[in-house]
Amino acid sequence: MISVSTLTHSLGHRLILDDISVEIPKGKITALIGPNGAGKSTLLHLIARQNPVQTGVISLDGEDIAKTASTDMALRMAVVAQELGVASRLRVRDLVGFGRWPQHQGRPTEVDKAAVEKALEEFHLLDLSDRFLDEISGGQRQRAFVAMAYVQDTDWLLLDEPLNNLDIRYAKSLMAKLRNMAEEKNKSIVIVIHDLNYALANADYFIAVKEGKVAFAGETSDVATSESLSELYDAEVNIIESDGKCFAFHH
Amino acid sequence: MSDKRLWALFISLVLVVAVLFFWNLTTHIAFILELRAIKIGGLLVVGAAIGVSTVLFQTISNNRILTPSIMGFDSLYLLMQTCLIFFLSGLTYAHMPGNLLFLLNTLTMLIASVVLFTFVLKATRHDIQLMILVGVIFGLVFRSFSTFIQRLIDPSEFAVLQSVMFAQFGGINEKELLSALMLLVLVCCWVARKCQVLDVMLLGRRTAKSLGVDYDRLQFMVLCAISILVSVSTALVGPIIFLGLLVSALAHSLMKTHRHALLLPAAAMISALILLLGQALFENLLERQSTLTVVIEFVGGLFFLVLLSKGKIK
Ligand SMILES: Nc1ncnc2c1ncn2[C@@H]1O[C@H](COP(=O)(O)OP(=O)(O)O)[C@@H](O)[C@H]1O
Ligand SMILES: [Mg+2]
Repeated sequence: MISVSTLTHSLGHRLILDDISVEIPKGKITALIGPNGAGKSTLLHLIARQNPVQTGVISLDGEDIAKTASTDMALRMAVVAQELGVASRLRVRDLVGFGRWPQHQGRPTEVDKAAVEKALEEFHLLDLSDRFLDEISGGQRQRAFVAMAYVQDTDWLLLDEPLNNLDIRYAKSLMAKLRNMAEEKNKSIVIVIHDLNYALANADYFIAVKEGKVAFAGETSDVATSESLSELYDAEVNIIESDGKCFAFHH
Repeated sequence: MSDKRLWALFISLVLVVAVLFFWNLTTHIAFILELRAIKIGGLLVVGAAIGVSTVLFQTISNNRILTPSIMGFDSLYLLMQTCLIFFLSGLTYAHMPGNLLFLLNTLTMLIASVVLFTFVLKATRHDIQLMILVGVIFGLVFRSFSTFIQRLIDPSEFAVLQSVMFAQFGGINEKELLSALMLLVLVCCWVARKCQVLDVMLLGRRTAKSLGVDYDRLQFMVLCAISILVSVSTALVGPIIFLGLLVSALAHSLMKTHRHALLLPAAAMISALILLLGQALFENLLERQSTLTVVIEFVGGLFFLVLLSKGKIK
């Protein structure tokens, strides 16, 4: 379980996160939703220790992340950022291979290599594996980065808008894969997502952030209602149930 | 495959060195061999320092067009040296043992550049254009500040300085060469052990950190290594602005890999080859020693413009 307590974060004079306290359950898929600029990425970066915590405490399975060694964190948590700037000329296979760095620290074993090949296959990247990252499309790059986090094989996986740039086929297959990881391997996944239908269909837990505060958090069926979502986005959202599945209509 | 190319480079380097060393020996053999050893040794050390420092800098600044010299490292070295001469006054400076002098210069350079460039890299991390601008401005400021201080120095002290201000391959000092060689070997041993984690740094700060790499500390250490290497090459032959850029581009297009274990030795050897061949060509065939730097700067500078205009500043 990740627990965030009284987390406040400002950049310059602007308050980005305002006294956030929330718990993220283990072994489940948690959707982190909210309007643009709400502070979702900022929160995710703080949890992933990309930036230092200013005030408040974030703990991972009861341990303060600020006091955990970074090599240790890399074995427990993998992250895919929203912006994937890679300037240098790396190939897809090299990129995915770096995902095993926390385990092998520069000396890849057969196990590491096999894991990389398997991930390339599972994320449909085999054909692209020898291409340079700056010579493939945005969606393909996105998949390569997700594959890299996947081979890290950590208990926690944080993804910041991973569906960006993905076409329907890959978006579906990514969500199915995440579902599978949570159910079969008991992985805990946090995903920043704008597509409410994917979120409703796959997430067990919702955390909504608005203007740096937690708007609501809880089990999907409890909190994802037409009223709460409409208020969150300041736009009309209707949740309609059919065949036991929920759908969000907003136009 | 890549390893074969490294071997090819290595063999050509050995051949070139052997030819330059033993070529046209008639009289005063011992004397001439000693002179040649110093000169060739100097060029090898300078070449390796420039090649390695450029590739390292491009890794920590996450781009393929900036080099330490373009960012003003060389000018900073000259400024530090000018300041030292000014404050210690020329006489003591001229009478200090060569080694001590060189190490003192390197140490001031190390401190100044790490302080400055840690800040610059932090502030301009995401913006290469801004970084180029800062580098150009730094170079200008350092140079004009050096000139200003040089005005304040009296003529006899200035003579000490003049010999180190312009790139020249002729007068490499034997004592300096030894200390430079030692520093180079030390730095290269450290770098060799960091090759793999340097590869991870290519992913950028954020991703590298999420893989458990202590990016900021490593960047600091690499900056230290770069300043030492720049001190080494600038102390021996003076500033050569655009060689590093040529070398890294050649190394990249020859090795076609991101791996530092292959890129770094390739860059070091290519750089030494260019210097040795260029020097031999100009000294023996054209009999014009001083023009080599001019040609390197001209070709390298043109290449820099081509890269800029092709929009390859990513
Ligand atoms: N580098 C920055 N400097 C100042 N403000 C920033 C910076 N990055 C983001 N912000 C601001 O922080 C707020 C939260 O951003 P972010 O966490 O990226 O939102 P999102 O929920 O869309 O991911 C936004 O209002 C944004 O304008
Ligand atoms: Mg975001």
